[in-house]
Amino acid sequence: MEVSLWGTRGSLATPGPETARYGGNTSCVSVRGCEGTVLVLDAGTGIRRMATTIDASARCVNVLLTHLHMDHIQGLGFFAPLYCPDVDVHIWGPASTQLSLRARLMRYLSPPLFPVSLRELPCCLHLHEVPCGDVEIGEFRVTSALVCHPGPTVGYRICDTAGSVLTYLPDHEPALGARAFPSLPRAWTSGGVLAEASDLLIHDSQYTTHEYPGHVGWGHSSLRHMLDFGTLVESKHLVPFHHDPGHSDLDLDRLIAEAIDDAKPAYRVTPGREGMTFAL
Amino acid sequence: MSASKSIQIILARQLASCVAMPILLVDAAGTLIFYNEPAEAILNQRFEETGEIPVEEWNRLVAVTDEERHPIPPENWPMRVARLQRRPISRRIWLRRGGSEWRHLQVTAVPLVGEGEEMLGVMNIFWEI
Repeated sequence: MEVSLWGTRGSLATPGPETARYGGNTSCVSVRGCEGTVLVLDAGTGIRRMATTIDASARCVNVLLTHLHMDHIQGLGFFAPLYCPDVDVHIWGPASTQLSLRARLMRYLSPPLFPVSLRELPCCLHLHEVPCGDVEIGEFRVTSALVCHPGPTVGYRICDTAGSVLTYLPDHEPALGARAFPSLPRAWTSGGVLAEASDLLIHDSQYTTHEYPGHVGWGHSSLRHMLDFGTLVESKHLVPFHHDPGHSDLDLDRLIAEAIDDAKPAYRVTPGREGMTFAL
Repeated sequence: MSASKSIQIILARQLASCVAMPILLVDAAGTLIFYNEPAEAILNQRFEETGEIPVEEWNRLVAVTDEERHPIPPENWPMRVARLQRRPISRRIWLRRGGSEWRHLQVTAVPLVGEGEEMLGVMNIFWEI
């Protein structure tokens, strides 16, 4: 599979010269299989540009939403396939205990927040609520599971027919409430089994160790927690993701380098930058 | 992939680890999957030593009576009622593990029901009387 990063910023789109290298668009990742299946992970502002790379002949696209916070759905209304009458668009995402996925999406995709209502979209729209066990999407097997983040939020584990595994946990606070982290086995750690032995793990890295205590419960990880989580799950390659809007390129260079130097992970770490592609 | 606990159960354990009330967590099958340090004092055993305890073993390990010291069969224990009848229950009991001393307790068992009405387990809060 080919994994491309179209938006790596967390919380709020952050354009500008000081964020140009890591990118200012919010969460969006594409996954392309060898048989042509395209999965789009989250619909942050990066999805608009991502959509321009979808083959005009494509008749089916799958968008997998981890949750419905604004930075993960703000680009959805600008996802070009939604306006193509001959395209099947499958949107996967979590319902809440009280509202369906459709009802939750309509809160954004309806006036006054957006001029076009969900029901007016010309495409053939299919909504699927997750987590729903393992599902086959084209040549991929996709597993979803609820993870620790405010509101219903899932992570995705994506396996291709060659056995390569990508795990996507862009908003994740596995250390919440733990006296020490990690201190429990994978089965008792949020996202632990979902991410085990991944060839590529894209994971929340919003805060520094210094910043984290002021944001406990906000649903994000410190760089150190992310690196320790990578060790716990025996990640082979980790991509720090969901960068804080307040961190410039120079900040991220320094903070990530310091965290790696401190934790000395036994696996490869590649800071997530908009435009990057990984071949698994 | 190996078996994972649900996020609700993981968070319930995190909560139990941070409070002073004795708490026991059982899963949907009735297996005792965690008890916190205050509960260790009541059960006179450490979770680190026992790990998870299957329901059949748990039934053999502890004796439970009502206030009048009449034995309560396992099917009427609060944790079992909460799990099988999907309702909270609170009652006073006497409990002891093996040959240790009897403890007089108020037990409140609350079913943990996830999205889609999935039974995830039961949180049992003990209060020593």
